[in-house]
Amino acid sequence: MEILTFLIPVSLILGGIGLVAFFWAMKTKQFDDPTGDANRILTKDWDDKPRP
Amino acid sequence: MTAVLEPEGFQTQRASLSACPACVAAPSAERIAELSKPDHARLMLSLPTAHCAACISLVEQAVQATPGVQSARVNLTMKRVSVDADSSVTADQLIKVLAGVGYEAHELDAGLLSATETDKQGRDILMRLGVAFFSMMNVMLLSVAVWSGAEGVTRDLFHWISAAIAIPTVAFSGQPFFKSAWAGVKVGRLGMDFPISLALVLATSISLFETIYSGHHAYFDAAVMLCFFLLLGRYLDHRTRAVARSAAEELAALEVPRAMVLVDGIEVQRPISEVAVGDLVRVRPGGRMPVDGIVVEGTSEVDRSLLTGESLPVFAGPDTVVSAGEVNLTGPLTLRVTAAGKDSSLHRMADLVAVAESAKTKYTTLAERAASWYSPLVHILSFSAFGFWMWKTGGDLRFAVNISAAVLIITCPCALGLAVPAVVTAASGKLFRKGLLIKHGTALERLAQVDTVVFDKTGTLTMGAPEVTNLADHPRQAVEVAAALASASSHPLATALADAARAAGIHPARVDDLREVPGYGVEGQWRGQTVRLGRASWCDGEEVAMTATYLCTGEGKARAFTFTDRIRPGAEAAIAALTAQGKTIRLISGDTQGAVAALAARLGITDWTAGALPAEKAALVRDLTAQGRKVLMVGDGLNDTAALAAAHVSISPATALDAARTASDIVLLGQDMSSIGDAARISKQTTNRILENFGISAAYNVIAVPLALIGLATPLAAALAMSLSSITVSLNALRLK
Repeated sequence: MEILTFLIPVSLILGGIGLVAFFWAMKTKQFDDPTGDANRILTKDWDDKPRP
Repeated sequence: MTAVLEPEGFQTQRASLSACPACVAAPSAERIAELSKPDHARLMLSLPTAHCAACISLVEQAVQATPGVQSARVNLTMKRVSVDADSSVTADQLIKVLAGVGYEAHELDAGLLSATETDKQGRDILMRLGVAFFSMMNVMLLSVAVWSGAEGVTRDLFHWISAAIAIPTVAFSGQPFFKSAWAGVKVGRLGMDFPISLALVLATSISLFETIYSGHHAYFDAAVMLCFFLLLGRYLDHRTRAVARSAAEELAALEVPRAMVLVDGIEVQRPISEVAVGDLVRVRPGGRMPVDGIVVEGTSEVDRSLLTGESLPVFAGPDTVVSAGEVNLTGPLTLRVTAAGKDSSLHRMADLVAVAESAKTKYTTLAERAASWYSPLVHILSFSAFGFWMWKTGGDLRFAVNISAAVLIITCPCALGLAVPAVVTAASGKLFRKGLLIKHGTALERLAQVDTVVFDKTGTLTMGAPEVTNLADHPRQAVEVAAALASASSHPLATALADAARAAGIHPARVDDLREVPGYGVEGQWRGQTVRLGRASWCDGEEVAMTATYLCTGEGKARAFTFTDRIRPGAEAAIAALTAQGKTIRLISGDTQGAVAALAARLGITDWTAGALPAEKAALVRDLTAQGRKVLMVGDGLNDTAALAAAHVSISPATALDAARTASDIVLLGQDMSSIGDAARISKQTTNRILENFGISAAYNVIAVPLALIGLATPLAAALAMSLSSITVSLNALRLK
C-alpha cells in the first residue's frame, strides 16, 4: 500500500496540470475564434519568418 | 509638488537603467510615443462572405496595406475583422478596400457589441465547470477503490483525500446555485436551485461527518458529480443565449445611425444623437430618413412600407412631413428636423413596444412548471424519510440524516437540469443552420403551442421589390421606349421595368436627353417628341387601382405598366407546411384592398384584411388571444411592432426595422421563408423531447427513490443513477431531426 503515497499525488498532479492548462487557455482567449485558428494553420504567410 | 518631483524620479530611473540603455530606453520611448498618439480608433467590420484560410490572409493584408492602419485581425468564427487605425481612417475607406479584393463588408457599431460582458460570464461558468470536472475525475478514481472494497484505514484515507478535493470544489463550483437559491429564498420562492443547493450542502456535510467518524458511506463523488452535470446544463443554456444575443447585437450594430447635417451649406456627417431640432439634414436617394422632419428643398418619392405597409411610394415635396425610417427613393431631399433621436416617431413607437412587452403575461416554461412540483416533492420525501427513520431507529440522528441526504442526492435534478438546455441547444443549432435565429429562450416552447399564424404583407410575405405584370399587353415599341426611360432611374419600379424588359429580350429604344424629374418620373426625347414615364398625374393618365407607372409617348392614351410585389421565396412552402400542420392562416396588411386581395389569392389565403392601422393589427392579435388562440405573428414593419409584441410568439425577417426585430422572438436571417414551417415542426419535437426527458428522469427516480427511502442506496447506486440518467437525457436530445 506504500505505493499509494506516490500514486495519489501523481494522479492529482497530472489532473492539476490539465486544469492549469485549461485555465491558461481560457485566460489567453484560445477559444475566441476556433474556426479562424483551424484555418490560420493552413496559411503560408509567415512560413519563412515569424510575424513581426 | 508632484510636478517638481517627477523629473527627478525619471532621472534616477534612467540612471539605474543605464547599464543597458538600448534594450530598455528604446521600447519605453516607443511606448510613450504610442500612448501620446492622440487619435487612435478601433473599427469593427462584418465580413459575411469570409469562409476560408485564404480569406484571412487576403483580408488582413489588404487592410494592413491601407495607410494609417496599424493592425487588423480577422475572427472567422464571428465573421468580423477588427482594425486598429488612426482616426483619419474611416470605415467607408476600408469597405472600399475590401470590396476591391472581393469581400462584402459592413460597418459595425463597436459600441453596441458588448461581447466582452457576456464572454466574461461564459468564461466564469466554464472555469467552474473545469474545476468540477477535475475533481469529479479524481474523486471518482478514489471512490472506485472504496466501492470495490477498501476498508479500515485505507477507506478513511481515501475519504479524507476526497474531502480535501470535494469541499473546496463544491464551495467554488456550486456558487451559481447557492447565489440563485439565496436570491429565490429572499423573495420567498423555491426554485430548482434550492433543492440543488440543499443536496450539495447536506451531502458534503454528512460525508464530512461520516469521514470524521470513519463511517462506511461518503457521498463526495455524488456532490461533485451533481455540480458538474448541473453546471454543464447551465453552460449549454448560457451558450445558446450568448450566440443568439451576439447575432442579434450584430444585426443592430449594422445600422450605424448617422445623418448628413448641413452646417453653413456644407455637409457634415454626425451621429444622430448630436442632431438638434431645427438643423437641416440632407438625405440622399436610397437613404433612410434619420430623423422626423419637414421637407424644405427637393422633390422625391418616399417608400413608407416599413412604417405603414403601403407598397406604393408616396410623393414628397416641400412641406411634406416625413418620419424617421422612411426610405428616400429618387431625388435628394433637405429636411428641417422636427424631432431627432429619442423623440423621433420611430423611437416613440419602440417605447410603446417596450411597454407592450413588459405588460405581456409572463410565460411559465416547462422547466419552471416541472420545478414548481418537483422541489416541494423532494423536500417532503426527504423530510418524511428523516422523520420515519428517527422514529423507527429510536432517535438515531446519524442514520436518519444519512437517509435523507441519500434521498436528496438520488432525486438529483441532474437530468432535470440537463433536460431542457440540451434539447434547446440542439434545436437552436439546427434552426440556426436553417437561417432562423432564436432570440428568446422560451420562444421554441411557445412556438410549439401556436395554432393561428398572422402574416403581414409588405416586406414579409413579399420582398418589397416590385415585378411587372403586364409587359406582354403592350406593343413592343412602347416597351422599348419604356425600357430606355426606365434605365435612367434608380426608382424601384423603374429598375424592375428595365430588368423585366431585359429578361424578355427587348432592347431599349434610342431616347435622348434623358432627365429624371425627382418625385415625378423620367422624361426624354424620342423621334422628336417628348416621352415620359412616371406618375399618372404627370402623364395625364387615368390612375389604375394597382401599383403602376405610366408611359406617355404623345400618341394615344397613357399606358399603365402594373406591378405586383415579388413574393418572398419559400412563402408558398411555408404557408403550405403551416396549413398541413393544421394551423389557421390570416393575412393583415396596411396596404390597399386590391394589392392584398391579389396576394391572398396567389397564396391561397382566404382570411385577409386590408388597410389595417397598426393599432388594428395589435387589436386583432389581442382578440384572437382572448378567444384562447395562440398566435404567431410574422411581420417586419413599424406598423407590426405592437402586434409582434402582443402575439404569443413572433418572427421578423432580418430586413425588418430594428424596433420590429427587437419586439420579435425569432429572426429570419436569410431571404427564404420556408424555414418557418420547419421551425414549427422542430419546436413541436423540441417540446416532446423535453417532456420525454422529464419522463426519463422521473423513471430513474421511481426506481431509485424507494431504494433510498428504505436505506439501500449506496454511494455507488447514487453515482450510477446520476450518470446514467444524465447520459440518457443528453442522447435523447441529440435525436432531434
